[in-house]
Amino acid sequence: MNLSAIDPILLLASLMVAATPIMLAAIGELVVERAGVLNLGVEGMMITGAVTGFVAATTTGSPWLGFVSAACGGALLSLVFGVLTQFLLSNQVATGLALTLFGLGLSALMGQGYIGIKAPAFPDWHVPLLGDIPVIGPIVFQHDPMVYVGLLIVLGVWAFLKFTQAGLVLRAVGENHDAAHALGYHVRRVRILAILFGGACAGLGGAYLSLVRVPQWTEGMTAGAGWIALAIVVFASWKPERLVLGAYLFGGVTVLQLNLQAAGVAVPVEILSMSPYLATIAVLVIMSAGRAPGSLGRIFHAAR
Amino acid sequence: MTDALLTLQGLTKAYPGVVANKDVSFSIRPGEVHALLGENGAGKSTLVKTIYGLVKPDSGSMTLRGETFAPSEPREARAKGVAMVFQHFSLFDALTVAENIALGMENPPKQREVAARVTSVSAQYGLPLDPWRVVGDLSAGERQRVEIVRCLLQDPKLLIMDEPTSVLTPQEVGILFETLRKLSAEGTAILYISHKLEEIRTICEAATILRLGEVVGTCDPRETSARAMAEMMVGQVLHVPERAAKPAGEVVLEITGLNAPAPHRFGTSLKDVTVTVRTGEVLGIGGVAGNGQDELVAALSGEVRVKPGMVALKGRDIGHLPANARRALGLLAAPEERMGHAAAPDMTLTENAVMTAATRENLTSRGFLDWGRARAFANRVIADFDVRTPGPDNAARSLSGGNLQKFVIGREILQKPDVFVVNQPTWGVDASAAAAIRQALLDLASAGAAVVCISQDLDELMEVSDRFCALNSGRLSDPRPAQGLTVEEIGLMLGGAHDLEVAHVEGGTPLQTGTAP
Repeated sequence: MNLSAIDPILLLASLMVAATPIMLAAIGELVVERAGVLNLGVEGMMITGAVTGFVAATTTGSPWLGFVSAACGGALLSLVFGVLTQFLLSNQVATGLALTLFGLGLSALMGQGYIGIKAPAFPDWHVPLLGDIPVIGPIVFQHDPMVYVGLLIVLGVWAFLKFTQAGLVLRAVGENHDAAHALGYHVRRVRILAILFGGACAGLGGAYLSLVRVPQWTEGMTAGAGWIALAIVVFASWKPERLVLGAYLFGGVTVLQLNLQAAGVAVPVEILSMSPYLATIAVLVIMSAGRAPGSLGRIFHAAR
Repeated sequence: MTDALLTLQGLTKAYPGVVANKDVSFSIRPGEVHALLGENGAGKSTLVKTIYGLVKPDSGSMTLRGETFAPSEPREARAKGVAMVFQHFSLFDALTVAENIALGMENPPKQREVAARVTSVSAQYGLPLDPWRVVGDLSAGERQRVEIVRCLLQDPKLLIMDEPTSVLTPQEVGILFETLRKLSAEGTAILYISHKLEEIRTICEAATILRLGEVVGTCDPRETSARAMAEMMVGQVLHVPERAAKPAGEVVLEITGLNAPAPHRFGTSLKDVTVTVRTGEVLGIGGVAGNGQDELVAALSGEVRVKPGMVALKGRDIGHLPANARRALGLLAAPEERMGHAAAPDMTLTENAVMTAATRENLTSRGFLDWGRARAFANRVIADFDVRTPGPDNAARSLSGGNLQKFVIGREILQKPDVFVVNQPTWGVDASAAAAIRQALLDLASAGAAVVCISQDLDELMEVSDRFCALNSGRLSDPRPAQGLTVEEIGLMLGGAHDLEVAHVEGGTPLQTGTAP
């Protein structure tokens, strides 16, 4: 065992990278759930995004095009969910689970010719001036651009929900869809848009795994990240600021346990591997005090 | 009438299997308070939804201030000056008052500006409201004010109110009527939907009566008796419940210092409830919903167990007994919510009958159900209580509210209880079914049972009760003989002032009703 091999600066720096895919998927799902829809297909949309992003990036050689295609792929898959639940009024839980299974199968099929290939490089972005600050610079300001895009999305969602009229309408639709309908708002339209946003974010999160974090394509590479994203949304009480905390906590413990494994700590690997899940859920359960959106998971039917 | 604000001409709307509106025509003048009367299912809601743009008529036309008016969505109706206060509040619990109001506006300004306008409008019409409070924490009366203020901010020409007083105390009704009169004097027309006839006689200048989707008459409610209007609504001579004079019997149910904690966060704890009920009498318990009614029923029925010595039946302590043991001893109860509490919606009537009647009607032997007897019992309930359904094998969900209510009440009454506790026996039930249910309660009492009737409907309580008391924030007032009680006295009992005081409703200051947290 050699704990001195762990470099604390490197550890903290990789925390942000480890947290980003979950944070992206979770912020999308947060918007979906605030609109009153429970989409359990996050895992499926993530892995679909991972494979579409990887295929697009290796074909064109541009990681940016990869991320754009991943967002489109995730959104397209979520549209299936949206049509089924919003127009054909299918059960959201069952449809979401089916979406996850479908996404896992579809991605395996699409990614068949791409196993073992390396993704095109996605260079880190050394933020001018800020990146030169000792200690803080390497930890916070020397990452690839998607880390900052993810944080900007969270900030944008927070501001959207808090300050804009459209955000208020979205919250109203999730809180009481009958009342929103009676006031003349388009419940289905709002929800479909939210579902598309959720799918795009999950796709980005998946592509971050296959293009940056790993960076190559393997079957089932999301390994439950979508489920953790779902759990983080609930335990974060549907609040974006808490969601960041939850995602970073999960990322932090993941990186720490990997380092501990590498350092050869005398704890079974299995226990180390489960520690990020346990720690995240434990902390968020303790802090959670929120209330779910009133219409979450309920089918909306504009009857009479 | 050339100066009409809104004219409806031959409006017809059919749904599969039912015609909701058939050739409906009438008109409303500016500043007029116009009542729309009718039983449940008479087509009132469909009609106002048509005016508000939520429903498109199959045929017929509307004109607003001389122009054709065919709103395709509520937004358009609002833009033309039609506003609506809904029967079931269309509010968002998790949002603040200001946010709720902004949602009803076309181009809402900043939250702070919305709040300022709320404050000024609410002061102008005597409807005090704090724009920053979360709606989920407000009382029913306050929630309604949010709805009304939301409408008033649009400066409406026509205000539609769907059953506005069903959740209010008499004092709150007084405040509401003051506001409506002010609006009417300013030239705003009001379309007022209700089945409380006395209210309509107080406030409305004209009435249109609907039955089965058709206009069956118009009248001036100030000059028509409530009974005459009710008969126009129902289309037949109304049967008024009769009560036989009866001597007070022995005490069967004794509640002594009953304390029970609130079962959930939004519940009300019961505080030192003490009352006795005698055989042959009906004890009426009034109060605005959410003041401990559900908790009291639960404590009596056995859904919630209480400490020894708090509830006694025929001298025997039953506080620790579960519901079926209490049923066996003769105490039966019918809770308020029929779908999901009094009856399981997706199970058949026979199955629902077994659920409470298995013990007293011997519907089981050694754990096996006797389906023959169960079906016979369900059939008996259906026949005796005139439940309109094809048969006992139909799911409870398929019955209309009034029919299911007759079924759940009949199911208990046919088991010949010694004490019968019922909560909101005629909530959402039309006039003729309500009369039948009240008659059944009175018959039960005259047959020697004790009846505890909890209700928000004061007219109902006055009709059936021998003694009346009020439940307020989990406290029960001392019972008083129901005969001779005035509406003002009852209002004060409900408002929490158990001793009579002079009310100070003048000047728009509302009474504290005790329902706010």
